[in-house]
Amino acid sequence: MKQLVELQIGETLNEIQIGPVSRLDLIKYAGASGDYNPIHTIDDEAEKAGLPGIIAHGMWTMGNLAKILSEYLVNGFIKDYSVRFQGMIFLGDVITLKATLVEKQENTLTFNVTAVKQDEKLAVKGRLAFQLLS
Amino acid sequence: MKEMFREKIGQRSAKVKNTVEKGWVKKFAEAIGDPSPNYFDEEAALASPHKKNIAPVTFPVTFDYGAIPNLGMPTKGLIHGEQKYHYRRPLYVGETVYCYVQVKNYFEKKGNFGNMGFLILSRCVEDEQGELVCETEQVLIISEAVKKEMSK
Repeated sequence: MKQLVELQIGETLNEIQIGPVSRLDLIKYAGASGDYNPIHTIDDEAEKAGLPGIIAHGMWTMGNLAKILSEYLVNGFIKDYSVRFQGMIFLGDVITLKATLVEKQENTLTFNVTAVKQDEKLAVKGRLAFQLLS
Repeated sequence: MKEMFREKIGQRSAKVKNTVEKGWVKKFAEAIGDPSPNYFDEEAALASPHKKNIAPVTFPVTFDYGAIPNLGMPTKGLIHGEQKYHYRRPLYVGETVYCYVQVKNYFEKKGNFGNMGFLILSRCVEDEQGELVCETEQVLIISEAVKKEMSK
């Protein structure tokens, strides 16, 4: 594991691949988060809402994306994290989580983070500021 | 309809007491496939600068924030456009927090799906001393079709 303090602007963290997304992943997230909106778990409800099939909770993807920093939580915590939901994630999608260091200020490291689908389409993009503690 | 949310700007729910439950944190971390021992291993916590287990950054999604009276949120057709978290310090496993939700803004603009409404909700998490731990901001997009349905 590379130390965060050694990381230079433009360098990336190790990518993480998740998926293929299963219905059980989304049922588990519904239970753990309390978001039971049926467009995330029940086909008929997704179709009634005009969707081609059930879609992942945006917050499931946002939660997953943050784990690109989780091995560094022994050194600090995530202070700011903001995302824009760009594209929907469907069952069977494979997603790559990425982070690039874009700013370094004293003890705060800011990353551009993305969740990209197998067809290179963006699902989520955002920024994450990590605060180092000593 | 347009005026309905605009009138609500600044309104907030009453604070609701929540606990950062250890079992729930573990279940939540599993649901996002995040195996960090910092969330539930007490020894790992002692070796970190936190000295306590911390919760995943998006864990506040599980809290009860109460309800803004008569907000009249549509139950269907909302699009979650953006989400932000700002932390003053980590959220610790086992602590008691007080949470509320507030209408931060509402505006409309032309987009791909007609004249869309943007409702911005801010959720705050305070500790037992009343200090802000975390503030979140959610942008909800209401399509023209849903707005018409609501004003019937």
